[in-house]
Amino acid sequence: MIVRRYGVIVAFVVLCILVASLCQYQVVRGEWSENSFITPDNLMLILYQISINGILAVGMTFVIITGGIDLSVGSVLAFAGMLAASFATRSTTVTPWSGIYVLAVPLVAALLAGSACGWLNGWIIAHFNLQPFIVTLGMLLAARGFTMTLTGANPISALSPAFRWFGTGKVLGEVPIPVVIFVLVFAASWVLLNKTVFGRYVYAVGGNEKSARTSGIKTYRVKIYVYALAGLLAGIAGIILSAKTGSGQTNAGASYELDAIAAAAIGGTSLAGGVGTLSGTLFGALIMGVMNNGLDILGVESFYQSIIKGALIVTAVIIDPSRKRAA
Amino acid sequence: MLPPLLSMRRIKKSFAGVHALVDGALELERGQIHALCGGNGAGKSTLLNILMGFIQPDDGEIFIDGKPRRFADAKEALDAGIAIVQQELSAVPFLTVAENIFLGSEPRWHGFVDFKRLNRQADELLVSLGFDIDATAVMDSLSVASQQLVEIAKALSHRNADILILDEPTSAIGEKDVARLFKVLRDLAAAGKGVVYVTHRLAEVFVIADAYTVFKDGACVASGRTADINRERLIEMMIGGALEGEFIKENTPGETPLLEVRGLSRAPWFTDVNFTLHEGEVLGIYGLVGSGRTELLDTIYGLYGWDAGGVTMAGHAFKGGDVDEVIDSGIAYVTEDRKRSGLVPTASVGHNLSLTVLRRLQSFGMIHFDEERAHIERAIRMMQIKTSSVDEVVSNLSGGNQQKVVIGRCVLTDPRVLLLDEPTRGVDVGAKKEIYRFISGFAKAGGGVLMVSSELEEVLAMSDRILVFRRGKPVAAIGHEEATQKSLMMAAL
Repeated sequence: MIVRRYGVIVAFVVLCILVASLCQYQVVRGEWSENSFITPDNLMLILYQISINGILAVGMTFVIITGGIDLSVGSVLAFAGMLAASFATRSTTVTPWSGIYVLAVPLVAALLAGSACGWLNGWIIAHFNLQPFIVTLGMLLAARGFTMTLTGANPISALSPAFRWFGTGKVLGEVPIPVVIFVLVFAASWVLLNKTVFGRYVYAVGGNEKSARTSGIKTYRVKIYVYALAGLLAGIAGIILSAKTGSGQTNAGASYELDAIAAAAIGGTSLAGGVGTLSGTLFGALIMGVMNNGLDILGVESFYQSIIKGALIVTAVIIDPSRKRAA
Repeated sequence: MLPPLLSMRRIKKSFAGVHALVDGALELERGQIHALCGGNGAGKSTLLNILMGFIQPDDGEIFIDGKPRRFADAKEALDAGIAIVQQELSAVPFLTVAENIFLGSEPRWHGFVDFKRLNRQADELLVSLGFDIDATAVMDSLSVASQQLVEIAKALSHRNADILILDEPTSAIGEKDVARLFKVLRDLAAAGKGVVYVTHRLAEVFVIADAYTVFKDGACVASGRTADINRERLIEMMIGGALEGEFIKENTPGETPLLEVRGLSRAPWFTDVNFTLHEGEVLGIYGLVGSGRTELLDTIYGLYGWDAGGVTMAGHAFKGGDVDEVIDSGIAYVTEDRKRSGLVPTASVGHNLSLTVLRRLQSFGMIHFDEERAHIERAIRMMQIKTSSVDEVVSNLSGGNQQKVVIGRCVLTDPRVLLLDEPTRGVDVGAKKEIYRFISGFAKAGGGVLMVSSELEEVLAMSDRILVFRRGKPVAAIGHEEATQKSLMMAAL
């Protein structure tokens, strides 16, 4: 496990050096007056850009450690975000409850919606003993449908400034709220996974479910809780996205689940279950963020970014030193 | 004078500084059944992996029929006539028996698989071996014993297989199938083939093998004809010292009932099971594989509910189907297959050990790490588990130590009753003895042990009373004094 974690950190450091050097090279060629990569603003920007994915990836890590997968987090994010937006709009015409506004309502609604979708995923998977891939795929489609029924496929805009603070506000002058939320989510989740009995049970269920059951672990409950957690975190991410963009969009969060899975996989979480760390996932998210950011600064078109991202994920898994080699 | 069929000499192999083999040797004649014995970590598996082409030796020579050979990969070994039946079954569960047997070498018809020929050839092979198995059955539907027989058929399906290696072939099959297997092996030997037979079951060595080789600490320490030695001598060679007696029994059963089972039934596994386990007693359950013993333990433990009857522990009646109530009342269960339902292979030794007791070591969900540490160290001491560190991944341990981890995990909850299912399966002689010492000590301290075993000698030596099972029904209860191998086998068959 230790080797797995250090591998990601080394890769991250190497990537940063590479990107910084490339940006520096551009400076020497006379295109900018300073290295645009290594500035406090840019580094904070990277953190800001990975906040949403980071939060989703944390939940995804829990799920993958139990040997499952959650393809629905992007759609659940959209649903929760749209629901939050519907309670935070000043316009009175979008939904039956528009115009009635108390800050707590959109937040609580989004969190409840996310958790409920997650809980439903987990319950169906545990109770009927189904493949998580299929069940969460169904939720991916259904949640997207829920999102569209809320407003008949129309976006919600003109959100209240108090709500928007969650996406655009800053503390200490410099630190964006989404980054703060990400840090808090990460810290709480790290304690949950590493310091609590539940966290230990998550690893046991993923490592060998039968052994976990024989040891007296209520594997049924553990599974429901990890999916509910993933849903809750998707709800938080949904709030941030709606607040950040100032609107609820029906196509929000599309494919976000893939980036979350990528961050966890690059960070050393094994899709077979039983193995993975949150710090690994953090660096996985950072690697993806640095890569996106670096390519943006260097002016590379976004389709190249996708190709590089794909190659990066596969490379990261191949060079993972603790991967079992085929005999 | 013909050269030996197989000759391996002075084989050396190291993995990252660990010397797995320092002087590996094996001489196999044509028509010979040759037993390969030695404790876990003695180097037998490494030697066989080299022979099979899975790994390359650092030094040494291999001769087949007098000609020096090297096997760069498994295919070269197969082509040279070497086939192995692994201990860990590696069948594809959702394909049929015939498809498994000819996996990778299916008969073709213009590029398509010729299923008619496939099934016919598989059928012919199974009939010629005397195995009563339907070639078109799906592997998953067969019992573990039958699956093992299919694996053996698969190894023998290679027409030019001259050397057959069997790794613990009888660990999961019952007496009747063992007898059948032995007949097949004798037929193969008579046809001029050579069989290497790796086993921990020393009694079998003297039934089936003509010759033996003993490995210890990475080297061949003895070899010869089985007719020239006896079991005690063989064990002494394996552990390198005189044997004081391999079983340990120091407990005397008490009068107080601990666990009472009345009229317990669960279709189709077992019906009307009645017994009482007392304090300080070791109650053995003997029967052929498939007689419902594991299912009985699973049901008592609460993994499944029962159809009729009841289970009472120290006066408290269980409602059934609830593992928590059973654990809380002080019953712990060491399952039959540690890889499938005993260990979490990706977790460390420490985390495996503390898994069951963990729920008592917390406040508001947060783990008390020093308490956990203390418990883990206690288990390692008690079971004499050999591991480089508490954080070592448990799958790196030897079979015997892994089994000790499972038992250690159960013991940390301070149970009053231990359910043991084949507690020494796949465990070397040294660790076996330590496990027996533990069982005896547990019973001596007043605990009750319900031990399922298909090793006759083990059950005879360790139990105060023996319940014999046949096809889901208890058919006899025999006390320690009257029990003999013959009386048990007669009741079980």
